[in-house]
Amino acid sequence: MTTYRFAVSVMPKEGILDPQGRAVEGSLGHMDLDGIRDVRVGRRVELSVEAVDESAARGVVDRLAGELLANPLIESWSVETLGPVGAAS
Amino acid sequence: MVFPGSNCDRDALHAARLAGMEAELLWHEDPDLRGSDLVVLPGGFAYGDYLRAGALARFSPVMGALGDHAARGGLVLGICNGFQVLAEAGLVPGALLRNASLRFEHGWVRLFVARHDTPFTRSVPDGAELRLPIAHGDGCYFLPESELDALEARGGVLFRYAHPEGNPNGSARDIAGVLNEQGNVCGLMPHPERASEALLGSDDGMLLFRSLLESAATRLAGMAA
Repeated sequence: MTTYRFAVSVMPKEGILDPQGRAVEGSLGHMDLDGIRDVRVGRRVELSVEAVDESAARGVVDRLAGELLANPLIESWSVETLGPVGAAS
Repeated sequence: MVFPGSNCDRDALHAARLAGMEAELLWHEDPDLRGSDLVVLPGGFAYGDYLRAGALARFSPVMGALGDHAARGGLVLGICNGFQVLAEAGLVPGALLRNASLRFEHGWVRLFVARHDTPFTRSVPDGAELRLPIAHGDGCYFLPESELDALEARGGVLFRYAHPEGNPNGSARDIAGVLNEQGNVCGLMPHPERASEALLGSDDGMLLFRSLLESAATRLAGMAA
């Protein structure tokens, strides 16, 4: 078994009201920053999964992301593989 | 139904008993609904509302039994956080987003009752609006535009925010409460159990609890016949 590290990004879907993004945009005027537009606020979840290979580990992460970490009605998600973190045993 | 973090369970119990129901508290880890005709999912912050409001409660041990209860036509009322749990579990359509104001909104609202032929509203007099309190941070009802049309077409919108207070959270089409397709599961953001006695500022919430008592009694009589 090997342990793999993943990062799951969860973002509000296009067209979904993102009041957190609006709030961040609203504060830009106080910061002397120009040119920033379309701020959207999501969530990043990092986790380790122990499995026989990377594809099995990825399957577990996909299920977790689709069934719990994201609500597919309002959020989209993507998975980034950060690589194996433990030695094979 | 008590989840870790529920905080309106005793209010709901009080309102149910006041309406004349035999009621008891159920714990979310016990999958036995003890023959309940009606299950109320109360307000609060189940599992601290971590991740998304209602998201973690959806995987509580009792949720399978609750789904079976609903599929058999058993009555389910989800109030505020209970509505969020029902939506996350797919037992009612839609999702509850952060309030458009980004603030926790609380106060009194007025509800237009769209239908009087449901188990939840049969005792509400025609034309009556309900005055109920709200208290939530994530109450902005969302459903994709095309599905909203379908929801309205099948009579799935049961409550709408009405003037003068209006829509407190940015909900699509002023929707405050919805029904599942079978019409036996209802979720709403306002708190009928907190408007159970005139002393509390309104007893309009009792109209829903009395409706549910009558509906359960009628259903039992139908089964016995």
